[in-house]
Amino acid sequence: MMLIHCPYCDEKRPEIEFAYAGEAHIVRPNAAEQQAMDDVEWSKFMFIRDNKRGEHCERWWHANGCNMYFNAVRNTVTDKFIKSYKIGQKRPSAAQIQKWKDQANG
Amino acid sequence: MKFSARSLFANALSGHENWPEQFPNKEPKKEYDVVIVGAGGHGLGAAYYLASKYGITNVAVVEKGWLGGGNTGRNTTIIRSNYLFDESARIYDHALDLWDGLSQELNYNVMYSKRGVLMLAHNVHDVQSFKRHVHANRLNGVDNVWLSPEECQKIVPFLDISQNRRYPVMGGAFQQRGGVARHDSVAWGYARGASKLGVDIIQNCKVIGIRRGADGAVEGVETEKGFIGAKKIGVSTAGNSSVLMEMAGLRFPLESYPLQALVSEPVKPIVPCVIMSNAVHAYISQSDKGELVIGAGTDQYTSYSQRGALHIVEHTIMSICEIFPIFRRMRMLRNWGGIVDVTPDRSPILGKTPVQGLYVNCGWGTGGFKATPGAADMLAYTIAHDAPHKINAPYNLDRFVGGRLIDEAAAAAVAH
Repeated sequence: MMLIHCPYCDEKRPEIEFAYAGEAHIVRPNAAEQQAMDDVEWSKFMFIRDNKRGEHCERWWHANGCNMYFNAVRNTVTDKFIKSYKIGQKRPSAAQIQKWKDQANG
Repeated sequence: MKFSARSLFANALSGHENWPEQFPNKEPKKEYDVVIVGAGGHGLGAAYYLASKYGITNVAVVEKGWLGGGNTGRNTTIIRSNYLFDESARIYDHALDLWDGLSQELNYNVMYSKRGVLMLAHNVHDVQSFKRHVHANRLNGVDNVWLSPEECQKIVPFLDISQNRRYPVMGGAFQQRGGVARHDSVAWGYARGASKLGVDIIQNCKVIGIRRGADGAVEGVETEKGFIGAKKIGVSTAGNSSVLMEMAGLRFPLESYPLQALVSEPVKPIVPCVIMSNAVHAYISQSDKGELVIGAGTDQYTSYSQRGALHIVEHTIMSICEIFPIFRRMRMLRNWGGIVDVTPDRSPILGKTPVQGLYVNCGWGTGGFKATPGAADMLAYTIAHDAPHKINAPYNLDRFVGGRLIDEAAAAAVAH
């Protein structure tokens, strides 16, 4: 079982307290934007996901804890969490992720 | 070499030490008519049908690891076709028709055993939805019958049908043609059949790129063993399909999740068919060796790690013990995980892609094994004709834009 760091509790807690909530940083278009979207764009928003081998930005929900949603970067090949961060923070750049990895490796 | 009673007897006399090689391990040629990526059941099957049914023998199957080492070797070998929708009934039943004569056709025993698949109903909702399935299946010519609790117990003698349990058995849907097959034999049989017809099987040869020409059409694959030219490429790589598609510049509606399974120590025959319970969330069958083969749903997060979390397995075993307390003291021998590529509607994507010359068979999610011969045949047909067959035409990529989804998500969420 993985230990996941919740940025709101600032604690590492066991995986069973959390629920996975899909890819992060997918912004739902507002009503006006939806009106302007065609089927292809809507399909992209609705169905197309990153599904990368490697670092993946994703949402987690601390369902059996503080009940907050947060984002995290995890390596999908090793399942290792690199960093979790609060909702509202921008998608980290590749350089930022590398920096976090270097920090974690000390 | 043909397997027969005589050849078995003759080789028994020499201590089974003189069996010839079943399929040679080839080095890649410069160019093929068709390259299939992924030597699992689906990929090898497609190569076999290309050569045997559609007359294209200049084919290579490239595989990053060893043959049948992906999801073909990691599933619970369950075969059934009692899906709700018309499109599903057609493709899964086509597979079932091919399973029927497969051992004879390949001269290789894939051990397809029609022991039946029993889906237990534990509440009113289950009863209603399974009865709806039974009726839909019968309209589509798929065998599936509704059984009372007593009739279920006739098939599964150790089934407790008392109604004062937490999950009482209120009946079940039973498909007699469903059952299991030997997963490795399927890969080996197709590999042997295909290489006999001139197909090259190239193992330990990871694809690292898909080369496209100025007009956008594919020209071949870049591999660890160099470039292999081909005007047509069939991708049959299950959990890694997103990765392969990205090499051709395509983004697919897929997410890859670990799916775990486990087997117990071998015991005397007790489980006569495949038994599934959607409400309690697990399924069980018994292999010919005597091991109980147990599985359930995927892990919750996307991953390529080919292993999952232990608490998921624990939950699966709790479910099995809840329905079958008789197994409480069994010891489990091993568990493993495979990476399954799941589409939003839990139905596969099988056919052409927006890239000329690139064909795909992916998105089978948690239930690809049962479809192996059917999916392989349809991929081969689509490659040979550069157009989909009417069976796989609905499984196009455009349905995620047009909205004509084949939504088996609710119908097949657990039991695969």
